[in-house]
Amino acid sequence: MNPLAAATLDELAGLVERGEASCRDVVAACLERIDQTNGALGALLHVRRQEALDEAEAADAARARGEARGPLHGLPLVIKDNLVSPDFEVTCASRILRGFRSPYEATVLRRAREAGLVILATANMDEFAMGSSCENSSVRACANPWDTSRVPGGSSGGSAAALAARATPAALGSDTGGSIRQPAAHCGVVGMKPTYGRVSRYGLVAFASSLDQIGPLARTVRDAALLLGVIAGHDERDSTSVDAPVPDYAAALGRDLGGLRVGVPREFFSSEGADQGTLERVRAAIAVLEEAGAKTVPVSLPTSQYGIAAYYLICTAEASSNLSRYDGVKYGFRAPASDYREMYRRTRSQGFGAEVKRRILLGTFVLSAGYYDAYYQKAQRVRTLIRRDFERAFESCDLLATPTTPGPAWPLGERLDDPLAMYLSDVFNVTVNLAGLPAVSIPCGFSEEGLPTGFQLIGPALAEERLLQAGDAYQRRTDWHCRAPEL
Amino acid sequence: MKIRTETVRALADLASLELAPEEVERMRRDLDAILAYVDKLSELDTSDVPPTAHVLDISTPLRPDQVRDVLPVSEVVRNAPDHDDTSMIVPKVIE
Repeated sequence: MNPLAAATLDELAGLVERGEASCRDVVAACLERIDQTNGALGALLHVRRQEALDEAEAADAARARGEARGPLHGLPLVIKDNLVSPDFEVTCASRILRGFRSPYEATVLRRAREAGLVILATANMDEFAMGSSCENSSVRACANPWDTSRVPGGSSGGSAAALAARATPAALGSDTGGSIRQPAAHCGVVGMKPTYGRVSRYGLVAFASSLDQIGPLARTVRDAALLLGVIAGHDERDSTSVDAPVPDYAAALGRDLGGLRVGVPREFFSSEGADQGTLERVRAAIAVLEEAGAKTVPVSLPTSQYGIAAYYLICTAEASSNLSRYDGVKYGFRAPASDYREMYRRTRSQGFGAEVKRRILLGTFVLSAGYYDAYYQKAQRVRTLIRRDFERAFESCDLLATPTTPGPAWPLGERLDDPLAMYLSDVFNVTVNLAGLPAVSIPCGFSEEGLPTGFQLIGPALAEERLLQAGDAYQRRTDWHCRAPEL
Repeated sequence: MKIRTETVRALADLASLELAPEEVERMRRDLDAILAYVDKLSELDTSDVPPTAHVLDISTPLRPDQVRDVLPVSEVVRNAPDHDDTSMIVPKVIE
């Protein structure tokens, strides 16, 4: 493999800065890896082959004139297929948005462009980010680079798989109920869901607006910190955007964890909740944090067992409302029909896949007269209890450490006929979204079959810096993140 | 609660979805299983718990009412499956 494809974003920034590599070479190395791996993986949808090379060359020229926009200028970035841009097609891996080219640009893409990052490709995903396996894509199912007979996780499965395959050094995903962290864990990469409001959602195609958040995926915590620094910040175009200063996340790394209190929630370590090997590897990761100076504190999150139930009522309610806009009128696909009612029905029936329809129906049910109080309101009350659990836990600790997933990646197709089993794969992730908190998944070992395990660090609102410091301290003592799949 | 075939049909109508007969049965079964699972929420007494409206303490931000640049209409209608320079074209709505 070309060493430029295997290098981290931070290493590439150094090589380019010192004139030891050109951005064009970096992009060319990634394109070569895409050619070698994407047929087997299906991780990337639209590859901007010539545009990315041209933009990298322009960045090299700018750097030669002393006009580099920053350390990341000219380096490649893969984006999930739900971040809109006027420059290329974005479809949420759905038939209903085929051919859609936005008239405006997502704020995260504008920020990435201003930092000089080159959009290399759009990444495969579960349709409208609804899924945990990246199999609900209207284009094709995505495979796990560590074992191509298994799922990469989802919904940001393409972003995570492309990183693990060394086809890109950096990617963006979105996380509504684990959709960044869970595929990051299954693919052996780092994935962070920032605090709700930390990153603008302007230009992120909406799934469940009170839960959605854009975040970085990378192979190291340091790279995730660099990317978060690019995309975070207030945006008046997103009314839920938080107006708080953005720290220099990367500058805060490299320290030890003297005095840091790591809460270990007992509900996340029960033998019914996760497989034994996963729990052992996560406990070993926590021991490494202790070596770095952290102290562990036992805590309890008693309402967490109700997280999946509350989550699937709230996210489907919001989805049924958000997806009412796909009607064959404004954009995308339209089915032939003789009158407008028939046009709506046929367009939506032919344009959406089974999981999207299932969630629209469930969301329509929980919002309908007579069931609203019993289901939707009830779930929002339970959400308050879940938030209180976290508030209480953070009175005695600075962050929480848990498994990211109950077990390793499962075989393709295994859970497609059992939606509930699919939903339960996010059992350790969804409460974080319900509470709006930041969390990061970091690789911490491999199962006996050679599949990656991740552990999750959860912080109070806006504690991204603390999570990244702890994750970086862990990665300076371990080398799980340096292992690459044979592909 | 048990989900019946008629309920799925009514929901599909509300959501402007057309389901084939086998899809109706599949959805009925799936919704039934999911709702049976979420019934565990009834174990929790939430009578004194307010529902979450927003996870962060922020209020709706206001800005001065100023004239700003907006997207040109021709750009906005460009994605419609059927359009001219200024309008999206749809089947007749009012007889």
